[in-house]
Amino acid sequence: MKPINEVRSVLTPLDHKNVDTDQIISKEFLKRIERTGFGKYLFHHWRYNADGSVNEKFVLNDERFKESTILVAHDNFGCGSSREHAPWAILDYGFQVVIAPSFADIFHNNCFKNGILPIRLSVGEVEELLAKGKAAPYALEVNLEQQTVRGEDGKTYSFTIDPYYKQMLLNGWDEISLTFQYEEHIAAYEQQHA
Amino acid sequence: MAKTIIEKVWDRHIVYEEQGKPDLLYIDLHLLHEVTSPQAFEGLRLAGRKVRRPDLSFATMDHNVPTKNLPIIQDPIAKKQITTLERNCQEFGIELAHMEHPDQGIVHIIGPELGLTQPGKTIVCGDSHTSTHGAFGAIAFGIGTSEVEHVLSTQTLWQSKPKTMEIRINGKLGFGVTAKDVILAIIAKFGIDVGTGHIVEFTGEAIRSMTMEERMTICNMSIEAGAKAGLISPDQTTVDYLRDRRYVPKGAAFEEAAAEWLALATDEGAVYDTTLEIDAAAIEPFVTWGTNPSMGSGISANVPSADDFANESDKEALKKALAYMGLSEGTPLTQIDIQHVFIGSCTNARLSDLRNAAEVIAGQKVHPSVTAIVVPGSRTVKKQAEEEGLDKIFTEAGFEWRESGCSMCLAMNDDVVPAGERCASTSNRNFEGRQGAGSRTHLMSPAMAAAAAIKGRFVDVREMKLAHA
Ligand code: SF4
Repeated sequence: MKPINEVRSVLTPLDHKNVDTDQIISKEFLKRIERTGFGKYLFHHWRYNADGSVNEKFVLNDERFKESTILVAHDNFGCGSSREHAPWAILDYGFQVVIAPSFADIFHNNCFKNGILPIRLSVGEVEELLAKGKAAPYALEVNLEQQTVRGEDGKTYSFTIDPYYKQMLLNGWDEISLTFQYEEHIAAYEQQHA
Repeated sequence: MAKTIIEKVWDRHIVYEEQGKPDLLYIDLHLLHEVTSPQAFEGLRLAGRKVRRPDLSFATMDHNVPTKNLPIIQDPIAKKQITTLERNCQEFGIELAHMEHPDQGIVHIIGPELGLTQPGKTIVCGDSHTSTHGAFGAIAFGIGTSEVEHVLSTQTLWQSKPKTMEIRINGKLGFGVTAKDVILAIIAKFGIDVGTGHIVEFTGEAIRSMTMEERMTICNMSIEAGAKAGLISPDQTTVDYLRDRRYVPKGAAFEEAAAEWLALATDEGAVYDTTLEIDAAAIEPFVTWGTNPSMGSGISANVPSADDFANESDKEALKKALAYMGLSEGTPLTQIDIQHVFIGSCTNARLSDLRNAAEVIAGQKVHPSVTAIVVPGSRTVKKQAEEEGLDKIFTEAGFEWRESGCSMCLAMNDDVVPAGERCASTSNRNFEGRQGAGSRTHLMSPAMAAAAAIKGRFVDVREMKLAHA
């Protein structure tokens, strides 16, 4: 997993609430047996019309956001299925940070395992970011170490994050190797409960 | 101190705890299926790791499998997932109910059926509807593929202790109202993220009088309320269901286990972080009209209007949903025509669900403009239903009777609802495109879906039942 600390980019304003994992990555693309290559299918049914043509109105098709690595959306982002294909698609497409007022639990967990930083800001703060980002491209500077999001106009927001997951992201740790250090405890538990 | 079942089960699975860290939890049962496991096994292989406890893992094939013309899978990529799971289970020594095995079925249906699911266990699966198993008083939740790999290698997971929530269903259910209506009403009332960060215990008189199959329907959809997991304290109903199942202890050992299970129930006076209540008697047969499971109403209602909502973003969400669903504000639900009926999924494809549907359609015909299919949740359910002659009732009415699998619940196989067409479905998600690109899903109980199949539109099943009687 790639470590993550500072991320600078214009934000992509995704003006939707309850964005579900079926939208993030539709089931027809779940049949791959690899972890990579899902980015081109991200938000497929919003990016493309039924006839396969590009939906010009969808924000990901807006040239100004093509290089963006920060996605901002409304509450309950990532609800629905447990498919990790959703964060894989987000990461593979190029996003490293997702900002929303709230995330569904499994999606939130899945982000940390893949080096994506999910940031919770208040509803008001997210609405402010979305409004700015929709009016004109608006750049953000995210700093995980300091737990801040700083807008190009100097407006700064701070966020909280579980210290354990913060370390994992900052260091790009492989959680399984970490857990192997607790082998003794696992073996003891198994013995006790055998 | 009085404890909830949630705390009791959680605490006894802590392998390691430390301030500032999630708890390291031991996992008692790991269920696997073909869609969310291949990358996890590949990860093991790349890192040269083994499966720590193949004996605590169990796999089946459900998401991709065809429901007719077995065993031929037309789709080469789906076929690859199936053969990959076979190879992985062989290589790592995991028991597999493969496509043609008599135990095959939807993972959340066969776990309880085989008695793998038991009170007090921690159960995970790379699938969000793992919450189903909570009906037995287990802590059961869905995980991502990285976590699947973590459990395969270590039989543990790092988990922050969720908050506890009680959802109490007071009183008795009315005539013709089912578990599905209850959970849809709960989600409509409290919202699709009410449970975020919580494990929910369902309590109350209505729950106590439910069968295990009904309790599974309730817990199945706790994820649609955003909950980490949903569960129900075990009681005599739980014990009776499990007795003599294949993987439960037998004889005296069973009695011992049963006593332990019953002791897990939430103590009198235990306190939850949050308690919500709903009145069972006020719940009607339910139908969803929108694009998430909270967008639903009792069958006597109309599709809502923007004026029913105070805030702008809710009005906006309603408009988006209705545009997708091809519905107008204020339309009575009973005037909505359908083209498809799907009776199936881990929510509602157990034997009692099929019986409920069969009871409604017996001696009648599917409406000429409707295509209707029944997909039993497992091969065992299918066999039992056939022994009772339910298959005849369905096929004589004009339903197709299929092999078991997830099927049209997520339409990864060939069972797809065409764009712009409407499906009365007993599954759990009505997201855009869930049953096929452009498809329109309405969630409801098996009895309501069966009634819709006959009439070609939504009807209050209670009227049909009365007409029958
Ligand atoms: S039936 Fe539907 S919800 Fe249940 S496991 Fe299969 S795809 Fe998931």
